[in-house]
Amino acid sequence: MIRKKTPSQPQAERSESGNGSRLVPFVVTFAVMMTTWVALSGKLDVFHLSLGVLSCLIVSFISSDLLITATSFKGMAGLWFRFIIYMPWLIKEIVLANIHLLKLVFHPRLHEKINPQLIEFRSRMKDEMGLVTFANSITLTPGTITVSLSVYGDYVVHAIDDASAEPLPGEMETRIATVFGETHG
Amino acid sequence: MTIVCILLITAGIFFFFAGAVGVIRFPDFYSRLHPAGMIDSMGLLLSMSGLALYVLSHGGLTGANILTAIKIILIVIFVYITSPTATHAIVDAGIRAGLAPWTKKIKEKSDDDPH
Repeated sequence: MIRKKTPSQPQAERSESGNGSRLVPFVVTFAVMMTTWVALSGKLDVFHLSLGVLSCLIVSFISSDLLITATSFKGMAGLWFRFIIYMPWLIKEIVLANIHLLKLVFHPRLHEKINPQLIEFRSRMKDEMGLVTFANSITLTPGTITVSLSVYGDYVVHAIDDASAEPLPGEMETRIATVFGETHG
Repeated sequence: MTIVCILLITAGIFFFFAGAVGVIRFPDFYSRLHPAGMIDSMGLLLSMSGLALYVLSHGGLTGANILTAIKIILIVIFVYITSPTATHAIVDAGIRAGLAPWTKKIKEKSDDDPH
């Protein structure tokens, strides 16, 4: 994976401490790990909490630069907010497509109904995270699986029948582009 | 509330069953992945939300029960992150190995093979 460079980074964030660009991912990773630890253990006594702090420190020390690759957290809140708005639509699509696939599975003349095909198209999105989200959304929707995706946004998608292949890229791409702040019809 | 839970879990099990049937009925490697990866995730979502609802409605809204429900929801979230990734990895491996997808024009006789 090619790490995204952000040359227009404001200087104030960099100079707030000597290694601020490494400290922020570390803290965020630690917070995420600790929340997961508390939620999974459910015990709030000193022994279990100190074990959690210790192991979370080790894990975030080793892997903080793997989990969070972005150097800037500007606009992250808005991104998550728009992503949460996008979720219900995605779930609705998943349910609808599931029912469609369910009908296919129990159709008596299955081999006449399906028409497996590979379709290719190019997305106009530039953001890597947006491209990956789009690829995973395609795979999550039953009837379509992303086969490959290049950095330039070339998709190859395996679709099970014509009805699944037709709506791509379409509305889903537009919505994900909106989530990641790229608006182009 | 119990009836809602039973309906959710039954629907989930039905989706699992449909996924298994789909794996048997679809003609080739790639199309079999559709029911295997997708309908199963749907079944998991339904049955797990049924279980979470059951825990909350029968044990009362205590802290421990809410924690259990959160853990059950976490299972669904992790499966919904990993399942498309795994499916994509399998498809990608198939394409790289050079296995051609089944198309309508070929119409091989081995399609009726139930395995």
